[in-house]
Amino acid sequence: MSNAISVKNGAEFNGAVRVSDAGLKGMITLRGDLSSTKLAAAVQETTGLAIPSRREIVFKGETGIAWMSPDELLIFCAYEQAEMQVAALTETLTGSHFLAVNVSDARAQFSLHGAGVREVIAKGSPANLSPAVLNPHEIRRTRLGQVAVAFWLSADDRLELVCFRSVGAFVYDWLCIAAAKDSLPEVY
Amino acid sequence: MLLLTCPCCGVDADETELAPGGEAHVTRFGAGASDDDFEGYLFHRKNPKGVHFERWRHAMGCGKWFHAARATDTLEVFGTYSAQVLAPPKDLIEKIKLKRPDWEGF
Ligand SMILES: [Zn+2]
Repeated sequence: MSNAISVKNGAEFNGAVRVSDAGLKGMITLRGDLSSTKLAAAVQETTGLAIPSRREIVFKGETGIAWMSPDELLIFCAYEQAEMQVAALTETLTGSHFLAVNVSDARAQFSLHGAGVREVIAKGSPANLSPAVLNPHEIRRTRLGQVAVAFWLSADDRLELVCFRSVGAFVYDWLCIAAAKDSLPEVY
Repeated sequence: MLLLTCPCCGVDADETELAPGGEAHVTRFGAGASDDDFEGYLFHRKNPKGVHFERWRHAMGCGKWFHAARATDTLEVFGTYSAQVLAPPKDLIEKIKLKRPDWEGF
């Protein structure tokens, strides 16, 4: 096996907020009929978690599930676990219409930590980041600059962001520039 | 700025998160159709000043197609609805008629 590393290999930037490469994460795209009991059972068996409701993201330790669209989930797990979990899902779901793919190496994840995380993102996303609208445990798929991203608040001062790995270096640079010291508009 | 509520994921999506899909409810004429029907399907659009039904895709969000009804002159949005229908829902048409009594209808 080659020695896998994440897109910015643990890079970190300290500005108005701290931006860091979250490292290797296991991510599985699961598509199918989210209302089917067979799919719900397979997800429960593999992850120990129930299918989240619309736009919800749930985590238990390193394992998590995000609602991505009416027929798509993103399952989070330890990087080494992804292949095994895909195999388990595939075995349970064989015979039904579904798709389970290990996308760990096609995604990047960054963590933002600090009081101004909403403001850093607001500089480049049309999403409404007001605390009245974006709650913790809600995943918001949108754009940052001109690339697709998804993010959620894991705490009031902590934001996790997922994007395609192919634009990972660009997104990291973008976040660092947006998080320059004394540059936050302080609207939230 | 145009804000449309995506009926698939419930997000109030800004225009820059969406991809436009042109006029909605256009009947597709393909192989075997008359030249006139095919020409109409390819080229003829209502292009009204006023109430318009459109297809949009939440491209930077959940990725799904949906329908929207809005006014092309004021950008007023009357509503959004499922992509899996051949005509606008009746209650939406009633709502638009109340707001625009002189609208000629769908
Ligand atoms: Zn949507």
